[in-house]
Order: sequence, then C-alpha cells, then structure tokens
Amino acid sequence: MESASSVSRDIGQALAEQLPPLTANAAAVEADRCLYCYDAPCTHACPTHIDIPSFIKKIATHNLRGSAATIFASNLLGATCARVCPVQELCEGACVLGADHKPISIGRLQRYAMDYAREHRSYPTVKAAPTGRSIAVIGAGAAGLSCAGELARLGHAVTVFERRSLPGGLSTYGIIALREPVDIAIEEARMIEGLGVEIKTGLEFGKDVFLATLQKEFDAVVVSAGLGRTPGLGIDGEEAIVDGLEFIEASKTGAAALKVGRNVIVIGAGNTAVDCATIAKRLGADRVTMVYRRTDREMSCYEHEYDFARKEGIEFRFLTQPARVVLDGSLPIGLECLRVELGAPDASGRPAPTAVQGSEFVLAADQIVKAIGQVKPSLAAQLGLETKKGLIAVDASFQTNIEGVYAIGDCIRASGAASTVMAVQDGKLAAAAIHQQFAQRAEPVEVN
Amino acid sequence: MADLRINFAGIKSPNPFWLASAPPTNSGAQIHKAFEAGWGGAVWKTIGAPVLNVSNRYGAWHYGRQRMLAINNVELISDRPIEINLREIAEIKRAWPDRAVIVSAMVESKPEAWRDIVRLIEDTGADGIELNYGCPHGMSERGMGAAVGQVPEYCEQITRWVMEAATIPVIMKLTPNITNIVLPARAGVAAGANALSLINTINSIVGVDLDTLELTPSIGGKGGHGGYAGPAVKPIALNMLAALGTDEIVSKSGIPISGMGGIATWQDAAQFLLLGASSLQVCTAVMHYGYRIIEDLCDGLSNWMDEKGFKTIADVSGHSLHRVSEFKDLDLSYRAVARIDADKCIKCDLCYVACNDTAHQCIDLISPQGALVEPRSYDVRSNGKRDAVETRPQPVVREEDCVGCRLCYNVCPVDDCIQMVELPSGRSEVTWSELSEKQTQVTEDWETMKAYRERVGIHIH
Ligand SMILES: Cc1cc2nc3c(=O)[nH]c(=O)nc-3n(C[C@H](O)[C@H](O)[C@H](O)COP(=O)(O)OP(=O)(O)OC[C@H]3O[C@@H](n4cnc5c(N)ncnc54)[C@H](O)[C@@H]3O)c2cc1C
Ligand code: SF4
Repeated sequence: MESASSVSRDIGQALAEQLPPLTANAAAVEADRCLYCYDAPCTHACPTHIDIPSFIKKIATHNLRGSAATIFASNLLGATCARVCPVQELCEGACVLGADHKPISIGRLQRYAMDYAREHRSYPTVKAAPTGRSIAVIGAGAAGLSCAGELARLGHAVTVFERRSLPGGLSTYGIIALREPVDIAIEEARMIEGLGVEIKTGLEFGKDVFLATLQKEFDAVVVSAGLGRTPGLGIDGEEAIVDGLEFIEASKTGAAALKVGRNVIVIGAGNTAVDCATIAKRLGADRVTMVYRRTDREMSCYEHEYDFARKEGIEFRFLTQPARVVLDGSLPIGLECLRVELGAPDASGRPAPTAVQGSEFVLAADQIVKAIGQVKPSLAAQLGLETKKGLIAVDASFQTNIEGVYAIGDCIRASGAASTVMAVQDGKLAAAAIHQQFAQRAEPVEVN
Repeated sequence: MADLRINFAGIKSPNPFWLASAPPTNSGAQIHKAFEAGWGGAVWKTIGAPVLNVSNRYGAWHYGRQRMLAINNVELISDRPIEINLREIAEIKRAWPDRAVIVSAMVESKPEAWRDIVRLIEDTGADGIELNYGCPHGMSERGMGAAVGQVPEYCEQITRWVMEAATIPVIMKLTPNITNIVLPARAGVAAGANALSLINTINSIVGVDLDTLELTPSIGGKGGHGGYAGPAVKPIALNMLAALGTDEIVSKSGIPISGMGGIATWQDAAQFLLLGASSLQVCTAVMHYGYRIIEDLCDGLSNWMDEKGFKTIADVSGHSLHRVSEFKDLDLSYRAVARIDADKCIKCDLCYVACNDTAHQCIDLISPQGALVEPRSYDVRSNGKRDAVETRPQPVVREEDCVGCRLCYNVCPVDDCIQMVELPSGRSEVTWSELSEKQTQVTEDWETMKAYRERVGIHIH
C-alpha cells in the first residue's frame, strides 16, 4: 500500500468557486421572476432578515447600488452569506414559488449584488457621530466582524483582536473554496475596516491580550472566538489521522502543504466531513469513503450536501464505527471498524448506536481524515464564564455572567445549526444591545 | 369543425386573419410567404404619396421579461416606388386568388389624387381598398393620415370622392387619436363606405434614455411621437370596437368592421369577434414572432368555436355586444366578494398589501392557530424555512366588509386561487338611471343618499 502523497495538482482549478456568477441577463431574468411578496417568507427565513424582495426588485430595476445597500442594511457579510448560506434550509427553502415551481435563486442574486458592491466599492459608510465609546472584539470571524461593523456604524470605536494572521475566521480558513474563495472573505474584512474598525491580527486573547486589560481600556468586550479544533476519537493510532479542519485549511491557504491520499477515509457525516471528502476527491484520490456509525437518516449534513457528495462519487459506509488505525510504521494502511446496530433513541433523539463486539473488519486506506465537529471553546473556563452544554451562556442581550462581556457566534450556539448567517445576526443583535445599554435608553433600538 | 371563412363586405378569405397594412405586408415576396403560412388575407402596406424613411423607426415598450408588449413606430407609408408595389400586388392576387388582397392607400387630400390611386389599385385586380386615415406621424404633418381621420368632415368628404370612383369594396380605417371614435365612423357610414376598420396606431412616446437623456429610440439625437400598437393597446381597441357596435347609427347601418389593435392570440381574436368585428387584422405579433403564428390563431379559434358550438365566424361576430352597458344601467345591487382558496394560496400576500394599502382594508392575516396577526409579527430570532413556512399566516377576506372591488383577484399570481363569488345582496335590482328617475333626491343630495343607504342596507366603512 502506498503512503499519502503530495498532490501537485492545480488546486485553484479543482476547488475553484463552484457556481459561476450570474450573467447580467440571467440575473435580470431571475429577478423578474420574483413575485415581490409582501412580508415575504424568505425574509423571515433569513436569519438576518434581509429585505429580499426589495433587493431583488432593485436588481430588476438596475439599481444595483441600492440593492447592495438593502442587503448591507441587514447583513454586513452579505458577500460571504450569498455563497455559504444553506439557502435550501433558509431563504430559498421558504420561497412561495418552491412548492410547484423553482424557488428564486436568492443566494446567487445576493451574490450578484454583492459582486457589484465589491467591484464598485459601493460599501456602507458610517453616518453616526462618534460616541466616544470603545469596544474590544475577540475573533475576526463572521460574528466578530458583523458585530464590529454594526458597532462602528453606530458611531463606536471598535478594535478586533484576532489570533490568526488573516481575518475572516472559518470563512477564510474553514469554508471550502468551492463555496467561498479566500479573497472574498478577506475583502469583506477590509470593508469592515473601511467602517473604521481596527483589526489587529496575530494577537491571541488569553496569551497576548487579557480580559482585565481589555476591561480597563474598553467599555465592553465581545467574545466571538468560535470553536476549537476537531476533537479526539480516542482510538489507537489516532496520531496518524489528519484533522479535517487542518485539511480544509491547507486546501485554502497552503496548497503546497496539502497531502491527499489515493484511498481516503473520512470519519464523520456532517457538512465538514462532506467538505473534506470533496477536497480529497477533487484533488486526486481514487476512492473516498465516508464512515459513519449511524445511517443516512441520521446524518447531520444537509440533504443537499449529501446529494452533492453522492454526485461527486463519494462512497458511504454506514453503521460503521472506527476502532483502530492500522499502521505500517507511522503510516496508516487501514481503519479497523466495528459493525453497529441501532437501538432505542438516545439523548439526542436519534437511535443509539451500539458496536457489535467481535464484528471487527478493516477498511483499507492510505489517508484517514476526521471531521467530527469542533471542540468547545476553552476560553469559557479560562475566563470563568458560565456555560450551557459546554458553550458560553448568554442572556437575551448576549451578555455573559460577567457584566460588559458579551459572547456571540459559534461559541454560544448551544442549539440549532451553527452557520455563518446566524453568527452575523448575533453580531448585529449584540451590537444593538450594547448600543442600547450604552445609551441607557428606554426605547429599544429597532433591528430587523 | 368550425367554418372560418368570411365574406367581409364582399371580400372573401379562407379565414378571418389578415395581415394589417404595415411592415409585414411591405412586398410581394413577404406576402407570398405569409399566404404560404396560411394567412387569409393581407392589407398591403399603404401606397400613395412619395416618402423617405428614417432609421431607428421602431421603438418598443417592454415590461418585465415581456419584450415588445407594444411597438411604436415613425415609419411612413411604403417608400418603395409605386409601380413596383402595383406590379407585385397584381402578381400576388394572380398567384393567390382565394386570399384577400386589399390595398391601403393614402394620398393628398385632392379628389383627383384619390381618383387616380383608386384606378391604379383596381387595375391590379385587388379585392378591396383600405383608406388610411390614421397614420399619426409624418403623414399627418402633411395633411394626410390622422390629419384626416381626426376630422369627421374630412373623412366623409374624401370617402365620398373614393366611393364615386371605386368599384371594389372600400374600407375606411379609423384613427384612435380622437375623443369620440363614433363620429368618424358615422362619417364613413354617411359617405357610403363599404366597411370600417379600427384601430390604427395610438400617439405615443416610448421613453427617454436615462444615460443619454435622449428620447428612445433616438433618431440622430431626436425623437417624437410615433404610432403605438401591440398587445398593450388591445383594451383600447376593444372599447372603440364596442363603441361602434353599440352606436345606433353605425350598428343599424350594418356596416362590417375589421378589428385590429393588439391581436396576438386566438383568444384576442375571439374577443374582437365577440365585440363585433367580422374580419381581423394582425401586425405587432407577426413582427415579433413571424408569419407562423397564423397556425395557432386559426387552430385555437376553430377549437374554441367547436367547443362553444359556433359554426361560422358570422355566428361569433357581435355575440357579446348586448353585454356592453353604460354604467348607469348596471345593477347597483349586484354583489360579489373575493374568496381566497387556502389550498391554492401560496401566501405571497400580494392581495393583502393591495387591499390594505390601496383598496378597502378587508383582507386579514390569520395565523395557523387562528389568531388575527399583523404582518412581520415574527420574532427577530425566528428563522429558517420551517419557522417561516409553518408560522406564515393565511390571508383571509372579511367577506362582510369586502366591497368586491376585484383588486386582489387581479393581483393574485396563482390561477383560480381568488374567486369573485356572487352573493345575495338582499336588495332588489336597481340601476342608477332608475334611481335618478324615480328617486331623484337620492342621486343629488348626500343626506338623502345616506337615508337611502340606511334603508336598503348599504354600508360603506
Ligand atoms: C469546515 C466548515 C465548513 C462550514 N461551512 C459552512 C457553510 O457552508 N455555511 C455556513 O453558513 N456555515 C458553515 N460553517 C459554519 C460557519 O463557518 C460558522 O458558523 C461561522 O464561521 C461562525 O462564526 P464565528 O465568528 O462564530 O466563528 P469563527 O468563524 O470560527 O471565527 C472565530 C475567530 O476567532 C478567532 N479566535 C479564536 N480564539 C481566539 C483567541 N483566543 N484570540 C483571538 N482570536 C481568537 C479565530 O481565529 C477565528 O478567526 C462551516 C464550518 C466549518 C467548520
Ligand atoms: S443571508 Fe443567506 S439566508 Fe439570508 S437571504 Fe442571503 S443567502 Fe439567504
């Protein structure tokens, strides 16, 4: 069996953005198809409640500047969301034309307007007068950037501290380039800087900057640090398993460092697992198999992701639980697994998988990737923040148990699917709540 | 199978569809092709006075994805040498004896000029002559076209000159650019025209280019009003057609009418027939899609006639004219309300906003739990398709408040989802004429009107 080999394939090509931009004509045709619903269900379904019929109508009337402004009014990260949102579950899933026709391609129209904004630098500006208040934001992912931008729009001074060398969080490092190229995420962060936000990269909270200092220097602190790396499986030979998040990251930023095997196993069945499998397949693996201990009914990836994976030629081994990595020296040559039977529903409501003792079998593989979620934020314990299901606990205004310390994004997402657009909405709502608390106003700030 | 043949003022054709006098009938070669496709007749592009044309002469009105809902043109009458036109007319008539070949004419308003053109046309063997009193641009500036059509006395005078000279049927074509279409029609009747046709194109400016700030289309930086035709003008044409069919003088004269103005489908055609046309002319739809549309025009019309039990075009012609009424003779007690079929409704809420913003505020939003809710009453943290779809309220008409204005019915994008349902009003039939005759005070004084309403139970909220 051969070991994982470095692929010298043109990654840019194989992982280039999947969907081409709409042509002007295609956008016009699609925009005209929109019924311009009143109090539209797509707007309700969008977590940031973008006034979708309005921005589409503006595409139809060639008012692209206005269209982009409509999107930015509700969602500063419209360019990323247009690409990465699971639209089938959100806006497009609620389109009234979906039932007996095709829903409007809202995501692609949004991208059309956002592409216009990027090409023409038609970005939001700050109209509010400076308030003299300052806020520190930890983490330049979707949640942090959204919150920082919204706060800046309200006239506050914002500094973002980011551990990595590039801003954007998972949009930059974690979302497969097929969906979103790195430069889109970076440009979006630049747009936020254009609102007066200072993004300081290469500074790790808890190591280079500390809460006590920030609390002294800023009027509020927002924690938007996301989640951690892939958790351990706790099986023998795990050191030979590749971390799925690092695998994706290498495919986005460090192409040369990316190694792809011939016969790749991906452990897990969520969206990240599908992304890892897709990268392996597109970058030359002959065979890619996703291994999951339950069945396709319990997979946590979206249905459209599962369909996509099957179309890519990815294989699936359900009811299979990894037990041990079979090694040849330090290199993996297979994954020993156990057959699984499903029992009564467990705490998650899904049938509990039970490994059948003595059912061991080996799946050959020269590379094994694990994509089984992300570890809970370690910051919580470090800072003494209360948690809920291991995630930072917040109240209705996103404040943690420490006054003046807020948390948003994946690091608080205790229920529901963690997604970029949810992080953006958190950022927007938290900004409004912080602003309101500063202003000590009785009447609420209106947000949509 | 329905018999589509017509005999229109003595002009026979195998079906009622003629190409109107316009670019599609510019030359013999074109008409030959059209007849091959199945057109029943053609009114030759107007011949007469010498002209020169300009570029960019067709403008168009597009709406949404629909291209050319109407065309607007500043094209003049035929710019081909008159001898060529006359020769080709003769050739076409010889080649297609069973088709109607009518020649449109427009010359200076002098008796000799009209007598001469009539003779030239008759020499070709054409079946009829159409008098172009309609061209709204260019020719009218020279005292022809609409300059004639807009003055009933001129129409009558010129038609008399023509009738004195002509031995073949003469159709007088009316311009819609006039306050009362009935007056020139009566002039035609008085002058003894064999038939009328309407409508010619409507004065129009298509738009202004927002980059150059010039008119569209721009003819060397300038533009002006041109003749407007196509699907968008159909309702105007139907109204004028019906106005003639319900005018005592015109209808009693029995003069046949060739209808045109936006006919694009067999459904349009059937409607023109029902309102009194007995031949039909088509232009814009052909300019959009080519001669081939004749196939469905005939096929669809024939199938519809079979379904409805109409045997001939004459049976259809004027069939709905008795339904045309003035407002004063409508039953004020007739009551209809809108009803939304919840199974068909896709909850776009276009009916809701139309009714609540601009009509009578009688559509409610009812939550799945049966509660009356306001638009956008969901929580900002609610999202996802399930939330959006499952909590979406249903628009429901409050029938007791509905005045039956029909706006919601018109905006609904789903076929047969909203119906206007007739309900007993509990009032006896009464028209405005009857009211003003028998209870004059009610129609003249608000206080008496109020008392009347209370008495019969008319509530306006
Ligand atoms: C592989 C993968 C694919 C995904 N695909 C999609 C998708 O297609 N569509 C979708 O909607 N969602 C997707 N998601 C989820 C989405 O990326 C997240 O929900 C979103 O990025 C959350 O934003 P965030 O700002 O909370 O966290 P992150 O994007 O994770 O950002 C957190 C930021 O904080 C920084 N940080 C962390 N700790 C510190 C510290 N101590 N000091 C300073 N900075 C720190 C991090 O470096 C990072 O930049 C995907 C997630 C993964 C893992
Ligand atoms: S942000 Fe996402 S969910 Fe909202 S409208 Fe845009 S693509 Fe749809």
